[in-house]
Amino acid sequence: MLDTLDLKLLEEVADLHGLPQGAYNIRKNGQAADRKTTANIDIITKKDKPGIDIVVKPGTKEESVHIPVILSQSIGDLVYNTFEIGAYADVLIVAGCGIHNPSSEKAQHDGIHEFFVRKGARMKYIEKHYGEGEGTGQRILNPKTIIEVEEDGIVEIEMIQIKGVDHTVRDTEVRLQKNARLIVSERLLTNLEQTAISNITVELLGDESTAQIISRSVAQDNSHQDFHLNMYGYSKCRGHIQCDSIIMDQAHVTSSPMISALNTDAQLIHEAAIGKIASEQLIKLMSMGLTEDEAEAAILKGFLK
Amino acid sequence: MLEMTNVGVTIEGDNGSVEVLKDINLKFEEKKIYVMTGPNGSGKSSIAKTIMGIYQPTAGKIILDSTDITNMSITERARLGIGYAFQRPPLFKGMTVRDFLNYAAGPDNTIMHCDLLYDVGLCAQDYLEREINASFSGGELKRIEIASILARNLKVAIFDEPEAGIDLWSFQRLTETIANMNIKYDTTIVLISHQERIIRLADEVILVAEGRISGITTQGKILDDIQCLDTGCECRNNCIKGGEDNQCLIL
Ligand SMILES: Nc1ncnc2c1ncn2[C@@H]1O[C@H](COP(=O)(O)OP(=O)(O)O)[C@@H](O)[C@H]1O
Ligand SMILES: [Mg+2]
Repeated sequence: MLDTLDLKLLEEVADLHGLPQGAYNIRKNGQAADRKTTANIDIITKKDKPGIDIVVKPGTKEESVHIPVILSQSIGDLVYNTFEIGAYADVLIVAGCGIHNPSSEKAQHDGIHEFFVRKGARMKYIEKHYGEGEGTGQRILNPKTIIEVEEDGIVEIEMIQIKGVDHTVRDTEVRLQKNARLIVSERLLTNLEQTAISNITVELLGDESTAQIISRSVAQDNSHQDFHLNMYGYSKCRGHIQCDSIIMDQAHVTSSPMISALNTDAQLIHEAAIGKIASEQLIKLMSMGLTEDEAEAAILKGFLK
Repeated sequence: MLEMTNVGVTIEGDNGSVEVLKDINLKFEEKKIYVMTGPNGSGKSSIAKTIMGIYQPTAGKIILDSTDITNMSITERARLGIGYAFQRPPLFKGMTVRDFLNYAAGPDNTIMHCDLLYDVGLCAQDYLEREINASFSGGELKRIEIASILARNLKVAIFDEPEAGIDLWSFQRLTETIANMNIKYDTTIVLISHQERIIRLADEVILVAEGRISGITTQGKILDDIQCLDTGCECRNNCIKGGEDNQCLIL
């Protein structure tokens, strides 16, 4: 079923060496390739549209679900996944899409992920995007992520796209109820002629809800990046947006964090910075024996970690 | 031995060129400790940067153990065993103290992170996995900077105002550590400082003023002059001010 190329893509997007532990669903070139469920985690194919329902039983602890998508040919793939994370469950979900496009036609994956994180549940969601391939065909990934977090729920999201995706538009929407917590960390590197747009909207609906978005990016060559990070405080809540970009070569970066308070007890902060690598940093590392290229790589590696 | 002969440095800036160093002649012998002192803006850091290759000499020669390093890059000089602890170390967002020290040590050397941090008065448990970002105080940054120099096996180590932001208690350990580095690895040490306790480590004291070497003297002579200040004898003409806390040395 899975060949060497598939395994390499799996490793890139899900840190997997072979098949994952726990529940998983592997989608390859628009088809289900392999699936495993556990006593607590069910995966059901949707009947009305392409995609799956992932149902985590209430109280499930320390289990994981891997749902990688791999494309190894040019294809347009659209998928709808729905996640039901039962009350007081604590799970890790690893999604990700790896594209190996050998052709001159485009390969595109649009994933729409909807999450319901029930009362007191905790979810860590990791999404990695990766592209490669000798073909001139474009590699396009457009994820849409919608997350509802009920009372006392905790959601941690890591979104990583480091290499090889030509165009991406990622939309993320999160709604937080009473005492719910959200931490988003986004890492993005673009080079060549790539473009990336990231729209994140967080609504702090319930009292004592908190949200933190930490976005770090590096734009190289002629690539373009555009960040729209929005936070709405409707309650006694706290929110913090931090976006930080390193710009290099002829790249363009736009960063527009926005905070809106609709309640006098909402406390919201945004910080945004764009700049090149400081020459002092390069000089410091060179004075420790690194070449200029090694110093640059070390700085970027740390920044995007 | 590191030798600077008739070294001059002129820097092209936005407002024309600035002659930062003029006719510098210095010899740094193996195993010795030197303290370089002088007023703010006299050129001490510029001498250090010129040795490290951060500033390229526009006149003169720099020789390290009979190798002409005048036109070598920063990286080449670092690989020959020159190290420089910056006066104002930069931040590295995202890079941990552990990674930073590993880069300093180089790929072929294993280092004892905990011992290194202990030597600069930091608790490894609290610091190793922390990012070198704006959450650090000036003193913490300085200590990590110094640790990165201690992590390397150097021929010449330059410390630019290492005392800044470091409390007296840690200071004692720091001076011992620097003295040890000198004994253990035969490292030539150059300390840029105005601090009496650092001057006490010196085999030779180099006085810098207005981009030149204005004298080479002993710690005894310098410290006698400080004594003179403490006992309130009259301030003589060439009083030099410097250091974060603006101590006054009378020469
Ligand atoms: N890169 C530079 N560009 C312009 N002027 C400089 C530069 N570096 C040093 N200088 C000038 O040279 C003089 C000596 O500076 P520095 O070596 O930093 O002094 P010190 O370390 O003794 O306080 C100062 O007047 C400073 O402004
Ligand atoms: Mg200085």
